[in-house]
Amino acid sequence: MIDLAGEPLFGLPLPAIWFGLVFFVLGMFLFLDGFDFGIGILFATREDDHEKETLLAAIGPFWDGNEVWLVVFGGALFAAFPSVYANLFSRYYLLMFAILAALGLRGLAPEMYEEREDEQWRRYWGYSFVAGSALTPFLLGMFAINWLTGVGGIVSIPGLLGGLAVGGLTVADGAAFLGLKTRGSLRDDASRYGIRAVAAYVGLVALTLAAVYVTTPGLQSALLSAPVIGLVLLSIALAAGYVVATRQGQYHVAFATVAGLVAALVGVIATAMFPAIDRAAGIPVSEGIVSTLPLNLMTIMMAFLLPIVLSYFGVLYSVFSGPIDAEASYG
Amino acid sequence: MVDPVAASRLQFAVTTIVHIIFPVMSMGLAPFLIYFTWKEIRTGEAVYEQLRRFWVKIFAVSFVVGTVTGLVLEFEFGTNFAAFSTFAGELFGGPLATEGMMAFMLEATFLGIFLYGRERVSDTFYFLTSVAVGLGTWLSAVWILIANSWMQTPRGYELVNEGGQEVVHLTDPMAAYLNPRFQYMFIHMQNSAVESVALFMAGVAAYFVYKHHVRGDEVENAAFWVKTLKIAIVALVITAPLQVLHGDLYARHVYETQPQKFAAMEALWETDTYVPEYIIAFPTDPSHILDPRAKELFGIGIPGGASWLASGGNPQAEIRGLNSFEAAAPPVAIVFWAFRIMVGLGFWFILLAFWAAFRWYRGDLVDDDLLHKAFMGSSLLGIVAVETGWIVTEVGRQPWLIQDVLLTEQGVSTNLTGAEATFTLAGFVGGYALLLVLYTYVIRRIIKHGPPEIDEGSVERDAGTDAPPEAEVSVDD
Ligand code: HDD
Ligand code: HEM
Ligand code: HEM
Repeated sequence: MIDLAGEPLFGLPLPAIWFGLVFFVLGMFLFLDGFDFGIGILFATREDDHEKETLLAAIGPFWDGNEVWLVVFGGALFAAFPSVYANLFSRYYLLMFAILAALGLRGLAPEMYEEREDEQWRRYWGYSFVAGSALTPFLLGMFAINWLTGVGGIVSIPGLLGGLAVGGLTVADGAAFLGLKTRGSLRDDASRYGIRAVAAYVGLVALTLAAVYVTTPGLQSALLSAPVIGLVLLSIALAAGYVVATRQGQYHVAFATVAGLVAALVGVIATAMFPAIDRAAGIPVSEGIVSTLPLNLMTIMMAFLLPIVLSYFGVLYSVFSGPIDAEASYG
Repeated sequence: MVDPVAASRLQFAVTTIVHIIFPVMSMGLAPFLIYFTWKEIRTGEAVYEQLRRFWVKIFAVSFVVGTVTGLVLEFEFGTNFAAFSTFAGELFGGPLATEGMMAFMLEATFLGIFLYGRERVSDTFYFLTSVAVGLGTWLSAVWILIANSWMQTPRGYELVNEGGQEVVHLTDPMAAYLNPRFQYMFIHMQNSAVESVALFMAGVAAYFVYKHHVRGDEVENAAFWVKTLKIAIVALVITAPLQVLHGDLYARHVYETQPQKFAAMEALWETDTYVPEYIIAFPTDPSHILDPRAKELFGIGIPGGASWLASGGNPQAEIRGLNSFEAAAPPVAIVFWAFRIMVGLGFWFILLAFWAAFRWYRGDLVDDDLLHKAFMGSSLLGIVAVETGWIVTEVGRQPWLIQDVLLTEQGVSTNLTGAEATFTLAGFVGGYALLLVLYTYVIRRIIKHGPPEIDEGSVERDAGTDAPPEAEVSVDD
């Protein structure tokens, strides 16, 4: 029998692993729900009812499952780093509720949109769908950058730039997903937007990191470290890959490059932050971590459930693989 | 209001009271949906496909709103109850994370297939999908109730001083997670969800049955509604007596573990023996409506009933009064009346169940207009009972946030300003009022629309997959 309360399982560096895991889960959320947000933003560019319907149908079976990664992000942070969860969420109190409100709008809007046929009703729920889809990644980007820099207030220049960058990334994400799910002019338009978005993303990330560099002296050496520079260069390469793949109609590849871009972004934030996990409250990973017994239990739970959960997503995405049907609708 | 403690408490109360409506709908519908899917596949009868497709719509809308409101609650532990989250996070975070991984993931991914994938998977797989979705909803109850029941009967922990701050350390996970309250809570909650949904189904079905059979209006799908009513009655006959029998055991357990809460439920200030249980009570003095006192109540009571409830059968048993505790009493009036509403409704549901069963047995179920009206009037009362039950549980625990360990006022975020908390509280009151209006609106439309038409034999569904890939969404290429 292993002594669960004694020391970390198999002597593993569990605090660092959980630090990584929390960011992995955040990345999963950004990548998966990201395409839902991107499609929500692209919704604003569509005039035709049938096309709008297609966009809603494209995310119908997926968005709810994708959103659960955010629930798990909160849960994992709470379970592994309770004091960080408490500090962070109460420090950015209004920002957190703004994210919730935006997510609420996004979640309700398609359901309501489908409920009635009349034009005005659909126009307003369409607006709310777009607003929720655009605001969530923007606010989430702000949150992530504020978390990194530890800035006290809600609004900061790096945060704003980071918000815009994440917004751009989700548009590229959504466009790549539509490449897999649609055909014809809808797909061509989405691809054009996706290429512009990925270019904007690279520029905005560079600006964000520059702004962090200027405003946060404590992070300067971390930002110039080899892993961070490597990840930034990787992002540029991935963005170029996205453009090429999209032009050639290789949407699977384009979608995969978005996954890489999300991983690189989350990686930059995590690498720059480590070994702290909450700079503003002065909490390093080694101190924020829960004590050994619950940590070991949570590790067992995760090691057991994570592969199972990933397999659910495998099943879901393969059941609905391929382009959606002409008749498909959200409701 | 600028007090962050009061605003946070009120905000948590408002947001949970709204949230619980949707889990009740989805947890309660889950077993019905599994049953409908099973019957649809086994018998091929159109009515089961209609039942599944009709109720799954209500499930889906409830789930979406449950997700939107549930995320708020999870965040609130960090935003508003940061001190509590730091203090008890070691014990409390784990169940929440496990809930996400074990329950919500299962539910949310398979719901996608359950809603849109009937044509894309085999019958067996589709049935398993319905089970996965239902299991997901019930597992979320397991983990969230583990977290809550630990706050009522904390076990398996020790208090440790960490950097000048006391925090909870987990010492015995089995004792903590399987604390004595958990099994009571889980059974009582899950049964109440099924009962509440049965009442809702019966109320909706009774409306159409009444219209068709009593008033003689032409109602499409009249047979469908009779079938729905009968299924709901069966569920009610099982769950209604169980709930009350179990409630009796539960009350005794509360007396043993949280005597102060029990005293508040009975409005008993002085320790006494042979305490009666009032089912309907009128304070002898109107001012006592807001301050009920067991000694000054007039009503229909069972002599020695409360003593009997607390001790498990001894009407002479002594019950400790509120004045015998050191901690301040919880808001007695709220707990006292909420408890009476729940218990009263519990008995009313039994009556309703047996009345309907009797009519059915006699063969005149569809013609009893009074029964139909009673069902219509009771369609939302299950939810009312759930809400009042939770109010007993949570308000009755006050002033403790974790019973005998941490006071509520010690749990609120310290860096929260009254203005921030009041601002979000106002936002929630407005936003959630709107949310409830929209939810009601959508549910009413689904009901008005009725079940989908199905021509028996040939299959015709929302999303056929038989269109060749060429005929895709292209609009102008
Ligand atoms: C259909 C709903 C419903 C009905 C008819 C009843 N209950 Fe209940 N009750 C609940 C739904 C509920 C609930 C909302 O589900 C609660 C809140 C927490 C919980 O575990 O269940 C609850 C809590 C609750 C508590 C508080 C426990 C605590 O503090 O943790 C007690 C003592 C009872 N119930 C007892 C009863 C009795 C004696 C009943 C009938 C004679 C009864 N309940 C009917
Ligand atoms: C969904 C059903 C629930 C309802 C309707 C409900 C209701 C309430 C109410 C009315 C309060 C305010 C009590 C007061 O301040 O006087 C409250 C407080 C609270 N509840 Fe619940 N509750 C529910 C479930 C839960 C669960 C499952 C948990 C834990 C996992 C929980 C944790 C808390 C906490 C932390 C507080 C704040 C501190 C306090 O005021 O005691 N609640 N709840
Ligand atoms: C007060 C504490 C509570 C918290 C923090 C909480 C948290 C959450 C969260 C985060 C979700 C969204 C999950 C998703 O994205 O799919 C959710 C939904 C859900 N919650 Fe709660 N919840 C609470 C109380 C309860 C209670 C008391 C129950 C029932 C026993 C419950 C049962 C459910 C269910 C079944 C869902 C799935 C969505 C639905 O069916 O409506 N929750 N909850």
